[in-house]
Amino acid sequence: MAEIRLRNIAKRFGDYQALHSIDLTIADREFMVLLGASGCGKTTLLRIIAGLESPSEGEVWIGDKRVDDLPPRERGISMVFQNYAIFPHLTVFDNIGFGLKMHRLPQKTIRERVHRTAKMMHIEQLLDRYSGQISGGQRQRVAVARALAMEPDVILMDEPLSNLDALLRLEMRAELKGVLAQSDTTAIYVTHDQIEAMSLADRISVMHRGKIVQSDSPVHLYRYPADRFVAGFIGNPPMNILPATPIGDGRWQVANREFEGPRVDAKNIEFAIRPEDMHLADEGIEGRVQVVEPLGPHLLLTCDVAGCPFRATVDNDHAVNPGDIRYFAPQPDRIRWFDPLTDLALA
Amino acid sequence: MSGDMRLASRYLYGATIALLTIWVLVPLGLLLINTLSSPEAVNAFPKRFWPEFDLGSLRFFAGFDGMIDALFNSIWVAGLTMVLSILIGAPAGYALSRFDFPGKETFRLLVLLTRAFPLPLLALPMAIAFIRLGIDDTIFGLGLVHTMLALPFAVLITFSLFSGIPIELEEAAWTLGCTRFGAFCRVVLPLILPGITASAIFAFVISWNEVFAAAVLTIENRTLTAFLLQNLDTSPLHLKFAGGFILVVPALVFIFAVRKYLFAMWGIANR
Amino acid sequence: MRPHLLPWLLILPVTVFLGVFFLAPFVMVAKQAFVVDGVFSLGHFAQVASHWKFPIALKNTLLLALAVVPVQLALALLMATLVTKMRKGRDLVLYIWTIPLGISDLAAGIIWLAIFEQSGFLNSMLVALGLGETPSVLLSYQSPGMVFLAIALAEIWRATAIMLVILVAGIGLIPKEYHEAASVFGASPWQRFLRVTLPLLRPSLQTALVLRVILAFEVFAVVVALGGSLFPVLMSETYAYQFELLDSGGAAAIALVILGISVAFTLVILRILRVPKGAQA
Ligand SMILES: Nc1ncnc2c1ncn2[C@@H]1O[C@H](COP(=O)(O)OP(=O)(O)OP(=O)(O)O)[C@@H](O)[C@H]1O
Ligand SMILES: [Mg+2]
Repeated sequence: MAEIRLRNIAKRFGDYQALHSIDLTIADREFMVLLGASGCGKTTLLRIIAGLESPSEGEVWIGDKRVDDLPPRERGISMVFQNYAIFPHLTVFDNIGFGLKMHRLPQKTIRERVHRTAKMMHIEQLLDRYSGQISGGQRQRVAVARALAMEPDVILMDEPLSNLDALLRLEMRAELKGVLAQSDTTAIYVTHDQIEAMSLADRISVMHRGKIVQSDSPVHLYRYPADRFVAGFIGNPPMNILPATPIGDGRWQVANREFEGPRVDAKNIEFAIRPEDMHLADEGIEGRVQVVEPLGPHLLLTCDVAGCPFRATVDNDHAVNPGDIRYFAPQPDRIRWFDPLTDLALA
Repeated sequence: MSGDMRLASRYLYGATIALLTIWVLVPLGLLLINTLSSPEAVNAFPKRFWPEFDLGSLRFFAGFDGMIDALFNSIWVAGLTMVLSILIGAPAGYALSRFDFPGKETFRLLVLLTRAFPLPLLALPMAIAFIRLGIDDTIFGLGLVHTMLALPFAVLITFSLFSGIPIELEEAAWTLGCTRFGAFCRVVLPLILPGITASAIFAFVISWNEVFAAAVLTIENRTLTAFLLQNLDTSPLHLKFAGGFILVVPALVFIFAVRKYLFAMWGIANR
Repeated sequence: MRPHLLPWLLILPVTVFLGVFFLAPFVMVAKQAFVVDGVFSLGHFAQVASHWKFPIALKNTLLLALAVVPVQLALALLMATLVTKMRKGRDLVLYIWTIPLGISDLAAGIIWLAIFEQSGFLNSMLVALGLGETPSVLLSYQSPGMVFLAIALAEIWRATAIMLVILVAGIGLIPKEYHEAASVFGASPWQRFLRVTLPLLRPSLQTALVLRVILAFEVFAVVVALGGSLFPVLMSETYAYQFELLDSGGAAAIALVILGISVAFTLVILRILRVPKGAQA
């Protein structure tokens, strides 16, 4: 039973505040992904959970124990480091078996587990090599194997697949997901690759400037971004955002069209729609096409709508040329609204 | 640049390197010739530029009253210096590389500052203090002073060595079940050992070569350098040369043993 | 144990040791030098300074440093640049060039004595080349120039290596890209050395010079081995006061003079070669 609870965690490095009041509960056996841009505090948060860094404020609970004062080795965690941290003086075998040996497991068990995890990570042919004799991607897999071999309550992974080629990454991703689904391990996985996040996570926590801005299932996160940052960060190309002015009675003027929107008392709000949630129609938001990019099954159109950039993906059987005027009809249930003052979504 | 000029500059380059190498090696070679010649040949004129391979000078050296004792004193003092300076210095080097703590900069400056002082001079007052403590004219007392000479180097060198080992390696060991001490022993120590050995040898040679403090602090229990210095104006040439040779041999071995580390040691340490 | 106590505990031994063997003797030297019969006095200094040998020793020490250190700096820079360009045999050449690093000043003095003594190799060569018939006494009070030359050569031979090591290490820390960038913009090798290497090498130059200059003021055994009492320097005077005159107050006074000169030169070097804040490599 390893539920992780973070209560009001803050971290300061001198004057710099790296984390602001983080509250997060990760359920037992959940696969949680921390997603955010470089420098937003993902590694710092992971290190606080691991006990490598102590929070300036707040509490860390693992299971029903408060672990703030426990050293890493007593927290029941294992970790994959962003820069691998493979011991250079030990072979791959001894690296993977290091933690097992520290826990005084019998030789036979160690050998079995090392071989099992090495096979899983496709590195069984490297067991006798030293870290100086293997590639960056292989080193990364050794680091993952070393953490998995511990069969810990909690596994913390800091961008563990970032250095693999696209194909291997896909394969490892599936492998990792399968292994962890069968185990009792709670996983926290740091990445800045949203596709990876979506494909792995039970739940994604999006971090921005030291705060968690939204924690949700991948689908929910994609459909209902809680604020403008998430709307812009998740999805590629990102959500379109257009200014909207009130006409009264909960109706809003967006470019040349009127939409049913939230009944709030504000001068300006923002209208948001994903590029793929529209189709070409005879009437709709009017845009002048500027760039047409064929992306296999779709065309990605970049248009100008009342002076704002606006993207839409449409079927590739349409013949669209730069300079055309086209009309885009949004799917009504996919429209989101944001308050530009707070950046938060309006219900 | 024309081909001729390029060739000429290549030759100039090679010749300069050769010349500088000869400049370093020739005096050593001449010492070797003198050491491996009989006392008669050493004092004869003109000199031959080739050794006789006669061990007479060295035998005379070994038989000279008090010389062998001095040799062993040197070894003991240098050994003590080596052990003490690493035992005392390495923990500080580790602290400097791994922790941020109030007073860290002051401490680092204090250590650096000691290098701006002619440290052997501090042997003068120690001579008197040692008499009061009853450790005057002892290997132990001189070892302490030599440790003082070697300590700044030991701290700064181990600092740069520890800094070369990513802290993540230690952290990884902690997450895999090691205590702080356990991680140090199993991960840091094996990686640092060659470097530590190098800086220990460095400390050994600092002590081995030191003349002034040794001459000030020992009277009966002279080290080799102090003994040679004391007898400089009375001893025959062949004794001097054999003694010089014995002083030089560890140097050759030392530089060879630590050559890989010499540059790494100074690269970060001078920041 | 609380983790934040650990670093203090780790530096404690060095701190104590420095206190006992660096700060305390420093205070004791000062006390010996400044106290005569229990009262503060400059008596020791006055007495030492009025001795006829003192100005000579002071002059010799400074002149020697002045002659030796610039040559060593130039030589070390030359060697360091040569060796960084080398591909084949670099390790061997570096090893040979750094051998003197491990040689004591006493041994260096003895080595050069083999060359300069009356029946030594220099005279043998001169005679073999027909430039003289009988060996002349090279190191005597009649030829102070030759004594100075022998000592200076021995010092240059022995102690260039320490500068070389520091400079090679420093050059190793300068990223290659700077040189490549400079040569792309048309700098000749000499300009690159002058405008890229030297400025970026400033921290290493600082360390090398400070260390070397202090060692130059400590020069002792080389001088004694080659010149005996022909060439008094400050350090040998200190030794003479302590052991021949049995005047530890006088020895302490000269020691303080050496300390003062060393610190003054260190400050000057640090000042001249200071790295502007924010311009560190
Ligand atoms: N020891 C430290 N001292 C000072 N600042 C730090 C320290 N560690 C991290 N920071 C700062 O805290 C912020 C968050 O760093 P962190 O390593 O957690 O980012 P990250 O989200 O993991 O980024 P990346 O995706 O690039 O790995 C950064 O701005 C970083 O500069
Ligand atoms: Mg990170």
